[in-house]
Amino acid sequence: MEEYDVIIVGAGVVGALCARELSRYRLRVLLVEKAADVCSGASKANSGIVHATTSPRPGSLKARYCAQGGRLMPAVCRELSVPFERVGSLTVAMSHREMRVLRGLLARGTTNGDEGLEIVEAERLRCLEPALSEAAVAALYAPNVGVVNPMLLTIAAAENAVMNGVTLALNTEVTGLLVEGERIVGVATGCGEYRCRYLVNATGAHSDEVMRWAGLDDLRLRPRRGDYFVLDRPDRRPGPSEPGHSREGDPLVRHVIFPIPTPASKGILITPTTEGNLLLGPTSTVSHWREHPPVDGDGLATVEEQVKRLVHSLDLRRCIAVFAGSRPSGARDFLVRLEQRPAGLLNLAGIESPGLTAAPAIAKEAVRLLAEDGLNLSPNEEFDPVRPAPVRVTELSPEERAGLVAEDPAYGRIICRCEEVSEGEIVDAIHSSVPATTLDALKKRLRVGAGRCQGGFDLPLVVEILARELGVSPYEVTKSGSTSVVLAGPTPAAAGSEE
Amino acid sequence: MTPIQCDVAVIGGGPAGLAAAVAATEAGADTLLLERHVELGGVLPQCIHPGFGLKLFGEELTGPEYSQRWVSQAAGIRRLTDTMVVSVSPGFTVWATGPASGLLEVRSGSLVLAMGCRERTRGAIAIAGTRPAGVMTAGTAQRLVNVHGHMPGKRFVILGSGDIGMIMARRLTWEGAEVVGVYELLPHLAGLRRNYVQCLQDNDIPLHLGHTVTEIHGDRRLTGVTVCGVDQAMCPMPATAQLVPADTLLLSVGLIPENELTRALGAEMDAVTGGPVVDDRMQTTVPGLFAAGNVVQVHDLADDVSLAGAVAGREAAAYARDGTAGAAWARVTPGSGVRSVVPQRLRLPADPATEITLRVRRPVEQRCHLLLTVRGATVARRRLDYARPGEMVSLSLGAQAAQALREGGDLAVEVVEA
Repeated sequence: MEEYDVIIVGAGVVGALCARELSRYRLRVLLVEKAADVCSGASKANSGIVHATTSPRPGSLKARYCAQGGRLMPAVCRELSVPFERVGSLTVAMSHREMRVLRGLLARGTTNGDEGLEIVEAERLRCLEPALSEAAVAALYAPNVGVVNPMLLTIAAAENAVMNGVTLALNTEVTGLLVEGERIVGVATGCGEYRCRYLVNATGAHSDEVMRWAGLDDLRLRPRRGDYFVLDRPDRRPGPSEPGHSREGDPLVRHVIFPIPTPASKGILITPTTEGNLLLGPTSTVSHWREHPPVDGDGLATVEEQVKRLVHSLDLRRCIAVFAGSRPSGARDFLVRLEQRPAGLLNLAGIESPGLTAAPAIAKEAVRLLAEDGLNLSPNEEFDPVRPAPVRVTELSPEERAGLVAEDPAYGRIICRCEEVSEGEIVDAIHSSVPATTLDALKKRLRVGAGRCQGGFDLPLVVEILARELGVSPYEVTKSGSTSVVLAGPTPAAAGSEE
Repeated sequence: MTPIQCDVAVIGGGPAGLAAAVAATEAGADTLLLERHVELGGVLPQCIHPGFGLKLFGEELTGPEYSQRWVSQAAGIRRLTDTMVVSVSPGFTVWATGPASGLLEVRSGSLVLAMGCRERTRGAIAIAGTRPAGVMTAGTAQRLVNVHGHMPGKRFVILGSGDIGMIMARRLTWEGAEVVGVYELLPHLAGLRRNYVQCLQDNDIPLHLGHTVTEIHGDRRLTGVTVCGVDQAMCPMPATAQLVPADTLLLSVGLIPENELTRALGAEMDAVTGGPVVDDRMQTTVPGLFAAGNVVQVHDLADDVSLAGAVAGREAAAYARDGTAGAAWARVTPGSGVRSVVPQRLRLPADPATEITLRVRRPVEQRCHLLLTVRGATVARRRLDYARPGEMVSLSLGAQAAQALREGGDLAVEVVEA
């Protein structure tokens, strides 16, 4: 049986960053994920915001890790070549009565260590965000709030971890814990047993279930679901991309726009993504879906109504996709705890919002807790914090692009025309250190099929590229692993000609 | 990189672009045709059903045959296939990329946009439910079956009575799959009547008007959809909800002209057609920028697309030669009962031979008249036995209307019951 120093269960943003943090040391680390790709749970379906600390209660772990994580995030993204943009946020008061709430948020954020918070009114507010409803009275401006692509962050962190020696096991579902006396010593999975000195529970929506396997009963998650619209990006500008000339058009909304929060959530917001889309949502309703909740029609209607109060000119006809995410809600605070009984178990549980922001800090804290318990941390001399940026043809100058295509013509063949992704980039992703083996995995990395045609034009081509590169039949190619096959089989004519 | 020079560059090698390139070349222009796919023809090679060419060639051809006619005519024309245009600049500079061509800069005197359209997706109509494999547009399924030889599923539900959806209902049935039914939100057919008769009726595939899909089921692969009747406001009536087991949902819920390049060049757009505003010579509001085919408005027949393309090509060649864009235009506006009209502008003095094409707002199942009016006075009319939104109709401008427009005013188009 294989023996590891640390096994991390769950390759969401927390698990992946934790794996990367551990790869700084000479340790045998296994990152286990039940899905066909990393970032397949709560980490993939959220707003992608690097939050201020105006929401969490002072003194809570949420407040601490959110503040620390927010400070770490720009450098982490730089090292991992993941786009991070400090777009700033506006929490909008629609009446003078709501101004009191803004002052409360300002005070809380300041206590938690946020810098630069201010309340902006009238002309200044219009100037910051011209699209905002005229009914907006004032807003809390948080200039340090950023947006990050949570999928690229998780994938890049996992890739960097693998580059630095971590073993990644995809399609591997943990089915139980191996216990010896008062200690957790490994996991049973669908692909056999693995032993370890420490087990890290980073299972997001399932983190309370894993705790119960270990006999710990002090966390009960009640997942909350949230529905989102994705609006098309603005048209690209004319001319080629060159240094100093981005082809990306201007978004309608530049800041993250929050309504006044409710006790249950930060409300339904408008988020400009790093890719230029606008994200509208989420709702926040209790659900029994721990993962992959279905999109709810009533939820979408609520989102539409709420966001239009904030920005009248939002055009929902620009919608290109809808999705829903599940949040591991229900805990009063994050649960970050190295257990004594049973020993050998580190729980990173109940990580809901602002979990993405907090993840880099939680990863560091995880390592600290393990070291404190006696895990020997000798530096990995070969550790390289940099995960090089994959080639993106749209980001090259005309000369660079011409040179690249001359070297490898596959970078000249555009497969996804809405998002302008070449065959070369797809092949790179399929063979990267965290291989993209499904349609969804390619979509997360490259936005193949994430644009306005939603894969209508590229699907037949992408299926063939995946089949060719993976050495499988097109009928084995899946959307997201397991039984999610894309095609049923050959047509009778094609089957006949094969015989 | 040395820029490629040409008189006319045509973006898109489907029926519109092929006809434009042929016409521009015939008019003496040095023409360059750019096509993103490895073969010319656009969507035609996957349309293996008959029904093409009746208008232009006087015989019934399949899509690939119709395409071949045009490809043969275009044989001598300079073209770059497997080459996608990624950006355009005013004036005109075109940037394109392809495995064989690398990154190219093309300078042209005039430009014909013939990028066609894309299909409306699940996301665009925001269907609730899970997000499994087995949901795709009808055109994607058509390509998979007819070009790649793949069956996308075994038991299909089709949402939308667009032409591709009905044609695929028949195709899939013939390939041994089960098509449970076609569900249409509207109280009337979206596509051509002849497709309803030949594809659905003849193959006993039920059509459910006034129905929609309200939820998608299945975690990994589609297991079924909830279908629901809708009321007069097209809102689903929950009491009528019904679960229909299926492994694939095909969407045939409309086509959207592909106009990112058009907008980038600053051409005025028509919010109803989704395409640029064009004049009777298929010139957009940007001098020297022409557009034709489904990029301007979604057509029913490829023959009409080719005809529009030929006008655009001929006029683009004329512009490249003498640079005259026109000086004055009359506006053409949709009046009562008319949803959209193309062209939206007429260059003055107006050409009496101009064909005005339009779609009606709702079905008129009785004798009716199309009227052209200038300053309130009827200047042309055409009698129709019926008018349906799914079937584009047209009438000629005529001498009287052309004369009336000389004296100022705009042209309005309306449909009135006889």
